[in-house]
Amino acid sequence: MISDLLRIEGLRVYYYTRDGVVMAVDNVDLFMKKGETIGLVGESGSGKSTLGRAILRLVPPPGRIISGKIVFDGLNLTELSEEEMRKIRGKRISMVFQDPMTSLDPLMKIGDHIVETIMAHETLTREEAEEKAIKLLEQVGIRSERFMDYPHQFSGGMRQRVGIALALALNPDLVIADEPTSSLDVIVQFQILDLMKELKNLYGMGMILITHDISIIPGIADKVALMYAGQLVEFADAKSFFNEPLHPYGKALLESIPNIQHSDQKLKYIPGNPPDLINPPKGCRFSPRCPYATEKCREEEPPTIMVGHHRLVKCFQY
Amino acid sequence: MPLLKVVDLKKYFPVQRSFLERLLSRKIDYVKAVDGVSFEAEKGEVFSIAGESGCGKTTTGRLIVRLIDPTGGKIFFNGIDITSLSGEELRKLRKRMQIIFQNPYASLNPRMKIGENVGHPLEIHGIAYGREKEKLVMEMLEKVGLQPASKFYNAYPHELSGGQRQRVAVARAMILKPDFIVADEPISMIDVSLRARILELMIQLKEELDLTYLFITHDLAVAKYISDKIAIMYLGKIVEMGEKEVIFSDPKHPYTNALLSAVPVPDPNVKRKRIMLKGEVPSPINPPSGCRFHTRCPLATDICRREEPKLVKIDDNHFVACHMVK
Ligand SMILES: Nc1ncnc2c1ncn2[C@@H]1O[C@H](COP(=O)(O)OP(=O)(O)OP(=O)(O)O)[C@@H](O)[C@H]1O
Ligand SMILES: Nc1ncnc2c1ncn2[C@@H]1O[C@H](COP(=O)(O)OP(=O)(O)OP(=O)(O)O)[C@@H](O)[C@H]1O
Ligand code: SF4
Ligand code: SF4
Ligand SMILES: [Mg+2]
Ligand SMILES: [Mg+2]
Repeated sequence: MISDLLRIEGLRVYYYTRDGVVMAVDNVDLFMKKGETIGLVGESGSGKSTLGRAILRLVPPPGRIISGKIVFDGLNLTELSEEEMRKIRGKRISMVFQDPMTSLDPLMKIGDHIVETIMAHETLTREEAEEKAIKLLEQVGIRSERFMDYPHQFSGGMRQRVGIALALALNPDLVIADEPTSSLDVIVQFQILDLMKELKNLYGMGMILITHDISIIPGIADKVALMYAGQLVEFADAKSFFNEPLHPYGKALLESIPNIQHSDQKLKYIPGNPPDLINPPKGCRFSPRCPYATEKCREEEPPTIMVGHHRLVKCFQY
Repeated sequence: MPLLKVVDLKKYFPVQRSFLERLLSRKIDYVKAVDGVSFEAEKGEVFSIAGESGCGKTTTGRLIVRLIDPTGGKIFFNGIDITSLSGEELRKLRKRMQIIFQNPYASLNPRMKIGENVGHPLEIHGIAYGREKEKLVMEMLEKVGLQPASKFYNAYPHELSGGQRQRVAVARAMILKPDFIVADEPISMIDVSLRARILELMIQLKEELDLTYLFITHDLAVAKYISDKIAIMYLGKIVEMGEKEVIFSDPKHPYTNALLSAVPVPDPNVKRKRIMLKGEVPSPINPPSGCRFHTRCPLATDICRREEPKLVKIDDNHFVACHMVK
């Protein structure tokens, strides 16, 4: 039996703001096996980064994990001490932050930063660590001649790639990559995604890839987790999802993707506004914007249903 | 007369090498971030720049709005040479030119509420204050999908998600109703649906206000939708430029072709051939001789290594820099 690398159950992460409680992650379940890649997608503000940060217990205040379990390789992360958690971060679970400067130090040279990260966790000499750092940077397309530069001397995409190099530096079991390619041209993007695939095949690295760019998902992810308003509304293998999304939000989302091969199509978007996570819509959170919504949808919250093999959807239609 | 005209624009940044290397070579090295870029954008036009990460797009945008000084070249805005404006004149220009920065985490004032971040430019330029300002800001927040606007008005930047911050940055640039906006990857963290809505808003405002955009994007599907003209950059230079239709239907430069072939198609059943580029990304400190793309170009020949191809007009509104394209 293959046990899960990560099992999230009933996770709630709320931000306690002046205006009320933002229910950014609201009762989310998620499972992943070793070496699996999950594409985590959803509307801007739907809670993707919050979920990613919660796994590493890095939710900034006034945010808090309210309830739920995050079991990683048999360890319940929500119960570990801060000390124990620190040993896991970077080494076993690493994160590529949406803001690349989160993981960079403006006063430290790029090369030194990577070298020190490596040396803090592995017993290598300075020379060995430097060699490894140079190789890592080259793998993400940054030449060794830039080793001595500071972050402000790098372009947006170059900083992003350093963030990726840092996250991969210690061969973690799980990488949470939050919009890692949002400012990379398609060629460099492919190079990075290929590198991640290679690490997955070589070391069985698992990945949660948070991205707004759904068109890259079929090429890299095994599964798709779709979030809407703090909840997971569909969880399916990537192929089935792209062939036929079940949740009405997923359907609408796929219809909005522009296809560069079609000439002059009009842009489509989902009518209505992103929901307010302090006062989320009653019943199904997508009901104000859903073309299939019924009276029941507006009153009751739909349960999460298993459809076919291991496919989950949160909608009354199933 | 074009609204914006850029002539042979250059920006070289000095970079440090290790102490030993400096001792050995005794010269300062420069990153040739922008190395002789020329183009024009007409009033009311969307001029897009796409190209490899690190090829000089942001630097070009920052030079044009005069946040940094060029190493060489000239910038004309509305026929006036703005390359070395300063003081009061530069301040006046700023009201007409706005920039949406690439990183929405660094570009908002963390101590100001969102409402103040967006409304501040209105006050600085003496356009609106108090209630009036508040009303304009609320309207703009709603337009970019930050609803309920009153909640977002009172929130601080750190309380917002990546895509929410990007929308604040868009709102802040738009609120002054400028003539010209440099938009540097303005929607790179926004899901496809909301993105379509923001793009439509940008176009709608362009039409209302006769706005001109310099639109920097790595996303060619977005470029295809929004642009009138597109320039493809590689290592500090424009390698191909022209009307959108031409660039997408009849790309000539081998780099443009490689770029277009790599655009993912959102369908797992479609397998496409992407043109693989060999070799590593060359150095902007010591760029390759001749054509800068020759180290990775599938069509490179001897002349490519020796002579630099000029950006030449091959058709009305289509310019290419390649020895193999006549
Ligand atoms: N520090 C905070 N304080 C208060 N609210 C917050 C904070 N951080 C995030 N939020 C809110 O929580 C919700 C989820 O934010 P999160 O950053 O997880 O979204 P996201 O799905 O990653 O969005 P994006 O794709 O735009 O990055 C948003 O509505 C956001 O405004
Ligand atoms: N202040 C600086 N000092 C030194 N080098 C710099 C500086 N700013 C930019 N550069 C360098 O100039 C080159 C072009 O950077 P620029 O930010 O213009 O790229 P870009 O095309 O916007 O890339 P991206 O798509 O990754 O954002 C890069 O090699 C970058 O490292
Ligand atoms: S539960 Fe009802 S409103 Fe919600 S997605 Fe399904 S059909 Fe639409
Ligand atoms: S000039 Fe030569 S190397 Fe450069 S793009 Fe054309 S064929 Fe390729
Ligand atoms: Mg996010
Ligand atoms: Mg840039």
